[in-house]
Amino acid sequence: MSEQDTGEVRTVEIAYFDGTKRTTDIVDREVPYPDGKLIVSRTDPQGIITHANQAFIDMSGYSEDELIGTNHYILRHPDMPAVAFKGLWDTIEQGTKWHGYVKNLRKDGAYYWVKATVIPNIRNGQLVGYTSVRRKPSRSKIVESEALYKTLLAEE
Amino acid sequence: MTFNLTVSPDFAPDHISGWYFFNTWLQRKLGVGIHLELYDSFDAQREDIRAEKFDLIYANPYDASMLVREMGFQAVVKPASKSDETIIAVNAESPFHTVEDLISGCRVATTDDPDVHTMGMIMLESADLDKNNTEIKQHSSYVVVAKNLLNGDADAGFFLKDAYDELSELIRSKMRVLVSSQISVVHHSLLVGPRMAEHIPAIQTALLTMHDDEKGKGVLESMDIETWEPMDSEQTEFMIDLIDTLID
Ligand SMILES: Cc1cc2nc3c(=O)[nH]c(=O)nc-3n(C[C@H](O)[C@H](O)[C@H](O)COP(=O)(O)O)c2cc1C
Repeated sequence: MSEQDTGEVRTVEIAYFDGTKRTTDIVDREVPYPDGKLIVSRTDPQGIITHANQAFIDMSGYSEDELIGTNHYILRHPDMPAVAFKGLWDTIEQGTKWHGYVKNLRKDGAYYWVKATVIPNIRNGQLVGYTSVRRKPSRSKIVESEALYKTLLAEE
Repeated sequence: MTFNLTVSPDFAPDHISGWYFFNTWLQRKLGVGIHLELYDSFDAQREDIRAEKFDLIYANPYDASMLVREMGFQAVVKPASKSDETIIAVNAESPFHTVEDLISGCRVATTDDPDVHTMGMIMLESADLDKNNTEIKQHSSYVVVAKNLLNGDADAGFFLKDAYDELSELIRSKMRVLVSSQISVVHHSLLVGPRMAEHIPAIQTALLTMHDDEKGKGVLESMDIETWEPMDSEQTEFMIDLIDTLID
């Protein structure tokens, strides 16, 4: 759990890249990453979720039915700068692997940090979707990322 | 024509005879000659695999990736409810109680099992440890890894969970598990190479009904496998994509 967590609740409007918006409550409370697990999801080429494993369901707080068919931005936390996701999409659309640290928003408003890797799924030479696998990040990487994203967010 | 079968060297020595029984059983079922060759070392085996020596391989997930994507193999079955999980363990008296307690310079005992080593290193990342700030020593077997923990020559050891569970009660009582992976979708599979591709339907039929015949059932028991489950190409590709995300 992050030492600075206050448990404070704030209501924010999150604007997505596709022009849609949603208003939701954000709670300043970290849910620790479960030891030994990988959080796995797959999307179609547009980023719509097609598969989520049990660890994904447990950590995000959504049911499988709520996740499948939904845009992956449902996990977007307002503390994440847009430029981080631009980097993700630019990388995977070129057909290469992306690594990064991501603060994710749970259904209950709390958050969890992951070290994520996203790769394109190629079948018979065609892009059919993307797979993301997350693992437990170190505390020091979280602290570094928090500082970096704060700076980047202030510039947006 | 005689085909060649090999088995990933990570199974417990008790099951070696099981693979010889399996080979005999399969040859009778298919009516073809198959030669079984076993290895002690992953690296030596991989060299021969790359030299296209084999047609039938019971492979760990890491090698499955190379076999499917680079060598045209096809996964046909996997053992039911058996996934490959990794354990990081320490000496029972170790001052380290979580992975995050491990510190820079710590001595890690591992094997040349590529899956377990990769997953072990991933589970160390949360402690900011990697190959540059740890002392990694590769050993010939999990028993040797355990010995290194017991006599204090290593601070942490990587084990295939199945192999850890098969160590003697006495040895296990002197160790403590720091973390055990729970991935569940990464597992061994039986793959068939291009030269043997025409036999795939027969192999799959024989293996999926293996537990129904008295002989087959006995062979499965000696390999410590309950039954085989079918694997289709999308399942295989999914597993390989997942492994791809874990390799830099
Ligand atoms: C396979 C895959 C997994 C993704 N996982 C996440 C995630 O866990 N959290 C997240 O905020 N965005 C994730 N994204 C990025 C989202 O698609 C989206 O770009 C991001 O949430 C920002 O939203 P926006 O681009 O609409 O502003 C993922 C994308 C892909 C292709």
